[in-house]
Amino acid sequence: MPQGDHIDLHRKRHGYRLDHFERKRKKEAREVHKRSAFAQKALGIKGKMFAKKRYSEKALMKKTLAMHEESSTRRKVDDQVHDGAIPAYLLDRDTTTRAKVLSNTIKQKRKEKAGKWEVPLPKVRPVAEDEMFRVIRSGKRKSKQWKRMVTKVTFVGPGFTRKPPKYERFIRPMGLRFTKAHVTHPELKCTFNLEIIGIKKNPNGPMYTSLGVVTKGTIIEVNVSELGLVTPAGKVVWGKYAQVTNNPENDGCINAVLLV
Amino acid sequence: MEAVEVQGSEMGSGNNVMCLLTDPEGEPLGSSLYLPQNVGPPQLQEIVNKLLNNEERLPYAFYISDQELVGQLGTYLQKNKVSVEKVLRIVYQPQAIFRIRPVNRCSATIAGHTEAVLSVAFSPDSRSLASGSGDTTVRLWDLNTQTPLFTCSGHKNWVLSIAWSPDGKYLVSGSKAGELIVWDPQSGRQFGNPLTGHKKWITGISWEPVHLQAPCRRFVSSSKDGDARVWDVSLRKCVMCLTGHTLAVTCVKWGGDGMIYTSSQDCTIKVWETTQGKLIRELKGHGHWVNSLALSTEYTLRTGPYDHTGKTYSSPEEMKAAALARYNKMKGNAPERLVSGSDDFTMILWEPSVSKHPKARLTGHQQLVNHVYFSPDGQWLASASFDKSVKLWNGITGKFVVSFRGHVGPVYQISWSADSRLLLSGSKDSTLKVWDIRTHKLKQDLPGHADEVFAVDWSPDGEKVASGGKDRVLKLWMN
Repeated sequence: MPQGDHIDLHRKRHGYRLDHFERKRKKEAREVHKRSAFAQKALGIKGKMFAKKRYSEKALMKKTLAMHEESSTRRKVDDQVHDGAIPAYLLDRDTTTRAKVLSNTIKQKRKEKAGKWEVPLPKVRPVAEDEMFRVIRSGKRKSKQWKRMVTKVTFVGPGFTRKPPKYERFIRPMGLRFTKAHVTHPELKCTFNLEIIGIKKNPNGPMYTSLGVVTKGTIIEVNVSELGLVTPAGKVVWGKYAQVTNNPENDGCINAVLLV
Repeated sequence: MEAVEVQGSEMGSGNNVMCLLTDPEGEPLGSSLYLPQNVGPPQLQEIVNKLLNNEERLPYAFYISDQELVGQLGTYLQKNKVSVEKVLRIVYQPQAIFRIRPVNRCSATIAGHTEAVLSVAFSPDSRSLASGSGDTTVRLWDLNTQTPLFTCSGHKNWVLSIAWSPDGKYLVSGSKAGELIVWDPQSGRQFGNPLTGHKKWITGISWEPVHLQAPCRRFVSSSKDGDARVWDVSLRKCVMCLTGHTLAVTCVKWGGDGMIYTSSQDCTIKVWETTQGKLIRELKGHGHWVNSLALSTEYTLRTGPYDHTGKTYSSPEEMKAAALARYNKMKGNAPERLVSGSDDFTMILWEPSVSKHPKARLTGHQQLVNHVYFSPDGQWLASASFDKSVKLWNGITGKFVVSFRGHVGPVYQISWSADSRLLLSGSKDSTLKVWDIRTHKLKQDLPGHADEVFAVDWSPDGEKVASGGKDRVLKLWMN
């Protein structure tokens, strides 16, 4: 238990002990030897803890040394010519918008011959019907078995209204409905969170396409208007196709690659 | 006065209306007159020509409370329910006596630059074209064959801005490394060594008007390091250093009255005197960076002695006299006006020689204003903004006229045709658009660039338009 700062008080009254600084110097000089003795002696968890502490101290020291070193040396002026020249009026502007620039110079090669694309995932695992749907038993005695629940991620358009339960054969659970996808531009290597416009094609069959089921390999149409792509005529491109690359029902998100 | 009386007696009494013709500044022309209601612009034009004692008939446009009069007076009165009891103020505005046809096709796509084209500029006599690019070269182009003429390499970094001297003898380019090089446009060679002094990149260059000094010797450059420097071409050194801004200088203009205007990111505009480089005025009013400046006489200063007739001059004195005459004619007796566009989404109209307070504040843009430009006759003012619109304002009062919408990306640069009837805008959406000032409509859409358009320029003789952008080609457009 500390009993007050009596040492400080004494120092204030009478000054330091005459040999105080001598002792302090000696103690400091002995410190390294003491430390090394401890480091050699400590075993087990104590040794490990000590080594870790010492390591981080040393790393910090090296860092500070390097920092001071850098400030004393002369830095070379950055006079390299960089790519992506921009005019003077854009030089000071935020680079966040620039990172998004989907360069139109990257040619948008399109092969849209009757729904045949060169897609990143050419083959997908077929999904069986009993994996896709779960049978819902209905009726007072739970004897009717004509209802199905989709067990995969679905996209439901914004204007969708449910049919009365009597006519609703397929249930698309609210928890598995998605409106956005993480779309990666393959050439720019950057990803955007884009809104889904619609499901273009589900490789497992046209019924799944019309139901809006999103599985791995599905072609979706995404809203790219915020990327600022323009057609040669100066109109904004707003819908582009992308292929889903993950299993959304397992991951809880849709990842896709833009088809350019 | 006779003409009026004759007309008045012909039409008889009854449906007459009291009119007062005024010039754009509001000075009345003669006293108010009784005009019959079936008078239209052609008759008014005759009256104005007579009253002003013009030797040749000049075309005029007529405005009643900022609306152009297109039909007869009577139909206007009926449409707008204006009382015939009051004196109707009709503003006449002189129009250019020549007419420039809108460009509508791309005549050439010239490749050559290996990086984005950052600036293009026609020479004041419209005979040559220069462009600066991110590949560190300045290129001069042959306009007749539409092929590259000279490639001027010498810069160490991107060439951000170029400027022709008003007499067309020199071309100055400024780079991102901060050096300036003076080129000889005839041979494509460089005059002397690069002019060094700026510590950061060059943001703007402006030449001393030819009517103040002929042949052209001095020009001013502004830089990111917060200074503006005045250079002398024949001495090849910095004559003055205009320091005072605390942040980057974004734009610099050398005014026709021998003053230098600089705008800066520290939200101020400073006015400097050019003999000793003293600060005369500080114009405060913006709340964010000031991006761009425009002078009401800028177009005349840029083209110097050259006008639409394509006259050539043999001696500097002749040139100076011609330029002075043009300048005085353009300016009239009103003071030079300055407009500044800013990051705070507004523009301010100033009369720096009269007062340090704003004349008008122009609000309406929803994004920062990147470029402002007065029409060659000074009656209009156009502004390009990142909110995808180009807005047109009255250049004298600063009143809003119309907003040109159609671009789908931020508008970067604008350029006027020499007759002030057409406006050109280049945008990030890779198109150029030509707007008609009279009808307030889109006149021509010019797609063709594969990427953002960084720089546009309409040649002073109106024949050609040049544009350059991120797709590394220079495009020439014609009619």
